[in-house]
Amino acid sequence: MSYIAKPKVSHPGMPKNKLGLTSRDYEGTVSTLCAGCGHDSVTAAIIQAVFELGIEPHMLAKMSGIGCSSKTPAYFVSQSHGFNSVHGRMPSVTTGANAANGDLTYIGVSGDGDSLSIGVGQFVHAIRRNVNMCYVIENNGVYGLTKGQFSASADIGSKPKKGEPNNQEPIDPASTALSLGATYIARSFSGDKEQLVPLLKGALMHRGFALVDIVSPCVTFNDHEGSTKSYAHTREFYHHVIDIDYIPPAEEIKAAYAEGEAMPIELHDGSTIVLRKVDKDYDLTSRASAFKYLRERFNAGEITTGLLYLDESRAEMHDLMGNIDTPLSQLSLDGLNPGSEELKKLQNRYR
Amino acid sequence: MATVNDVVIKIGTVNGTGSASANGLLMKSIFRMGIPVVGKNYFPSNIQGLPTWYEIRVTGDGYHSRSNRVDVMVAMNAQTYTRDMADVAPGGWLIYDSTWPRSQLLDRDDITVIGIPFSRLCNENFAGARSRILMKNIAYVGAVAALLAIDLDVITQLLEETFASKAHLIESNMKAIRLGSDYAHEKFSCPLPMRVEAMDATSNSIIIDGNTAAGLGCMYAGATVGAWYPITPSTSLMDAFRNFCSRYRVDPETGKNTYAIIQAEDELAAIGMVLGAAWNGARSFTPTSGPGISLMSEFIGYAYYAEIPTVLFNVQRTGPSTGMPTRTQQCDLLSCAYASHGDTKHVLLFPANPSECFYMAPTAFDMAERLQTPVMVMSDLDIGMNDWMVPELEWDEGYVPDRGKVLSAEELEGMDKFYRYLDVDGDGIPYRSLPGVHPKGSYFTRGSGHTKLGAYTEDSAAYQDVIDRLLIKWETARNILPKPEIEYSKFNKTGLITIGSGDGACTEALDRLSKQDIGLNYCRIKAFPFSEEVADFIEQHDVVYVVEQNRDAQLRTLLINDIEADQTKLVSLLHYNGMPINSGFVVDKVLEEIAKGRAA
Repeated sequence: MSYIAKPKVSHPGMPKNKLGLTSRDYEGTVSTLCAGCGHDSVTAAIIQAVFELGIEPHMLAKMSGIGCSSKTPAYFVSQSHGFNSVHGRMPSVTTGANAANGDLTYIGVSGDGDSLSIGVGQFVHAIRRNVNMCYVIENNGVYGLTKGQFSASADIGSKPKKGEPNNQEPIDPASTALSLGATYIARSFSGDKEQLVPLLKGALMHRGFALVDIVSPCVTFNDHEGSTKSYAHTREFYHHVIDIDYIPPAEEIKAAYAEGEAMPIELHDGSTIVLRKVDKDYDLTSRASAFKYLRERFNAGEITTGLLYLDESRAEMHDLMGNIDTPLSQLSLDGLNPGSEELKKLQNRYR
Repeated sequence: MATVNDVVIKIGTVNGTGSASANGLLMKSIFRMGIPVVGKNYFPSNIQGLPTWYEIRVTGDGYHSRSNRVDVMVAMNAQTYTRDMADVAPGGWLIYDSTWPRSQLLDRDDITVIGIPFSRLCNENFAGARSRILMKNIAYVGAVAALLAIDLDVITQLLEETFASKAHLIESNMKAIRLGSDYAHEKFSCPLPMRVEAMDATSNSIIIDGNTAAGLGCMYAGATVGAWYPITPSTSLMDAFRNFCSRYRVDPETGKNTYAIIQAEDELAAIGMVLGAAWNGARSFTPTSGPGISLMSEFIGYAYYAEIPTVLFNVQRTGPSTGMPTRTQQCDLLSCAYASHGDTKHVLLFPANPSECFYMAPTAFDMAERLQTPVMVMSDLDIGMNDWMVPELEWDEGYVPDRGKVLSAEELEGMDKFYRYLDVDGDGIPYRSLPGVHPKGSYFTRGSGHTKLGAYTEDSAAYQDVIDRLLIKWETARNILPKPEIEYSKFNKTGLITIGSGDGACTEALDRLSKQDIGLNYCRIKAFPFSEEVADFIEQHDVVYVVEQNRDAQLRTLLINDIEADQTKLVSLLHYNGMPINSGFVVDKVLEEIAKGRAA
């Protein structure tokens, strides 16, 4: 489909990151999604986040399942390894990949059908294991490739292009993740890059399972009057709770914050997330109050966005399993068996 | 006339009463006397309260399969008295707990009934309900020991080893042994005409089940990631891997593990984890059984097409559907050979016993990495969960793992451009790079149509190019997989083919038939796709019996499909009732076929 080669145009004056690369070096092939698709904006935000973080392209692993969202890893960072798996099963592949090599930075890109319908089992269990990854859900409430059926995130009363409105409870990935103990939970909107890019950076650098649920409208099947996942509806009802700034390690906090508004939190890699509290009453370190808040705002028809929950203290999968620091995939097989003499000895119990 | 070292003891108990350790003690005592044994456990899919049997075949001739005869029945479960009595061969013995005398057990006049009041003896000598139940089991071991002339010193020694740190248990167990033994000696003429006698045929052997051996093999093969979902009868494979790893795979400096075991939420996730880890270069595997294979099928097809080394152990159980989870079959041959939608086919290995489960583990990893494809080790419940006597396992210090065509950072650096799916060497196997090794190694792994350069495609020719190349790889696999074991008897135009756990019954049957001057040539297949030797073997014979443990002659179907074997030659001998196949079945079926005019 992407048979048009994307021209690599690079301006000598383009900003470079700490590796000396420009944002062009983080691009992928030409998107084959519909013009105006929210996912393309998310792709652009991911490119910017990864570029600004200065992640070496080959140290990034792009994981996905099946669906419009899951196609997008082809559209960013061509020089990274990608794994476009089967429908709803990206979390298990990422879990295994991560178990073998935790040195890579994992970004999983999924959709609401992929993660909340067919793949909800794997989604919840990856959270329980606290797999160290940035898990992006490009959430539009419908299936695109099969032409407009509702997914499990469709809101009650949301109208499809054709047929009856949805009457089943939606699965909200953020409050689901909260109940399961995800350690970084954010929500944003594909049309709000300013909010989204720092949230993605924080998610990529967070040690543990970081969910970024992004309302990302489907222009073809779910952007009409009566849809609760349209551009117009999202713009009208979305509400910033806590925005963040991401400050790389060893960099000073330069931005001016109003007195009492900013709160810095240091991540494991030494970088800092500065919370800009938009809603002063919100406590993003309490699961109970975050859950209550999300539920109340949801009932009021609002889409709460920003960093909704953060816990830097919990152990991630490798720590929970007690793995050595060297990636298991890099161990020499020579050292992994105790040899012929020990084999002889250990068989004494079978005599 | 006395029969020595050729006796089958069957013990009927209630599951969950601790009889397993008593039965193990009995079998190991005979083994320690240097006499070959075969142990079979027939247990229900249940935790507690249902009938269960353990069968010990004492075979001085060193056969490996179960016998379809019972000489000494230890009937400890009143629920099954009737069928247990019916099972005893004419001239045999039935031992039961005569605390409550049962006149109906005296119905058969062609067997001898031995009543021993186990419950009464234990109630009089032990306190506490649990202890009385456990000791009743040990007491029947004592009685059988007396009746068959099993050496009490050997039993004492085994108990001392088992309870090395719990001296009081040695004492109480020995007391129970003596209760049974003394009573038997006092009331009956010991030993029976059918008895055991020490020999020297087990000194280089061990008793082990296939799942333990496979788990050990995975540890030795350098597996670092195991993902699984518990399913009978494969669960104990991962338990064994975990046990061995916790002993041998903890870094002495940091106390941290050089392995990862992930209990997945289901089989779909388990195989996904294996793919992810293998994609990253770790030796990873999953043990499962038939229902698990059904669930894993989508990913198995993915691994075939995206060419990811994947190792599965399928410990087969009786199907279809849930079937009989604690009974054995070889019923997943077709579902594994062609698992997943689309044109897919997969490498299968067929271990015949626990020893081969051990040795085929490194072979499976080597082949998976060499061929960049799923490899399934087709064990079964009989091999996986029963105790087999096999020669002591050995490890070749010269073993060099075959990691396949994996490019190093230096090799990638020196390349102009890397293409993941290009057949550079003409053997159908492309080169592979691992994530994070070098920027030039990056590629996009996908299950959707791709070109030989690794790009997405919907172009007919480019698509076909790749799936045709996979056929070249298939032929490479055919040539490098383990060869069949072939044995020619006298000049004969009849052959017999089997796989896996059919080996024990078939080799014994051939031995028995040869005593009737019926000589058959034997071919035990060890891998699919089938090698040239298998095709030649069929070619050489007018009639070939195909012995397998399923209803639909799945091995025969594979032979016809994979090497275009002449189906008019292939005569199926099918055993599929869920019990391990025995030599009597094979002998009877061959004789029936001969009587029908089939050559032999």
